[in-house]
Amino acid sequence: MSENVQLNKHEIDVGEESFLQGVKDCIPTLLGYLSIGFAAGVVGKTSGLSIMEITLMSSMIYAGSAQFIMAGMIASQGSVTAIILTVFIVNLRHLLLSAAISPYFRQLSSFKMTLIGSLLTDETFGVAINKAMNQKSISEKWMHGLNITAYLNWIIATLAGAFFGQWITNPEKFGLDFALTGMFIGLLVLQMISRKIIIKDLVVAVSAVLIVLGTSTFLSGSMAVIAATVAAATIGMVVEKWK
Amino acid sequence: MEIRWHILLAIMGASIVTLLPRVLPLVVLSRIQLPDWTMRWLNYVPVAVMAALIGQELFMADGKVDFIKKYIEILAAIPTFATAILTRSLLGTVVVGILSIIVLRFVL
Repeated sequence: MSENVQLNKHEIDVGEESFLQGVKDCIPTLLGYLSIGFAAGVVGKTSGLSIMEITLMSSMIYAGSAQFIMAGMIASQGSVTAIILTVFIVNLRHLLLSAAISPYFRQLSSFKMTLIGSLLTDETFGVAINKAMNQKSISEKWMHGLNITAYLNWIIATLAGAFFGQWITNPEKFGLDFALTGMFIGLLVLQMISRKIIIKDLVVAVSAVLIVLGTSTFLSGSMAVIAATVAAATIGMVVEKWK
Repeated sequence: MEIRWHILLAIMGASIVTLLPRVLPLVVLSRIQLPDWTMRWLNYVPVAVMAALIGQELFMADGKVDFIKKYIEILAAIPTFATAILTRSLLGTVVVGILSIIVLRFVL
């Protein structure tokens, strides 16, 4: 009996987070990706891609750094195989994000999980994992609200970049290039405050920064992020063992 | 408004290799009970990945560590971090970050 009551309560807890709430929780991140998406659109256009190709790229790939690199490789006549291989390496980081978020979606079918995973990005991951603190699971509707808002924002931003990019000569003047950094800083700090294991998290964060800078001398930017994440998370685990 | 064949091919291939790492861990790992140490390891991934991304954004220019080229960004990060700690607002942090960089670029 008491078990039943608990189960119901748990369901209500999860059910509370609506699609609309997910849309609202996405708003703070929109600016950061608006500027990156805009830039991706500009770069795509200057690399000789058509509006249709840019739109297709944004809706099918939906990953900033990959799209920048792809546009560059297309402009320099890179082979299709080389492009696909490079995008694979650049986006491998998602393996870690997807794995880290998986415990919060145990209740869903594989199909629903595919829908959620296919729109996973650094930012939606960051927002979702913040939301998940002190919760056993994440509401599916809320996650869709978050994901779809971010996705549409991205497509609109790249389209706007492709259309209007020629008139905006210097986006740095508006400080928009720093919106993404600001968002990552916000996501990191909010997470660390809510986790209440500040010292261990600080060790992990500082290690990650040092490792990403250190390994960038011999690894590509995206591989350096993966190496730093794997190593720093391991350091966190070791520090935990010591205490 | 055309889509060239080799571009379509590249986009299709790139979308598949992007989709798999996003989806597979979610589908596979949520089906199995992960050992305790894996969970504790995954627990540190969010902080590690965000910190690594910030490190790259703040301290690297053109693929190289460059504190001098990035000194305005590094300075702007101070009020941005402070806002995040004091207000715990994501939107506020992004806005203060943008304003800081505009002001610093204007002044310095």
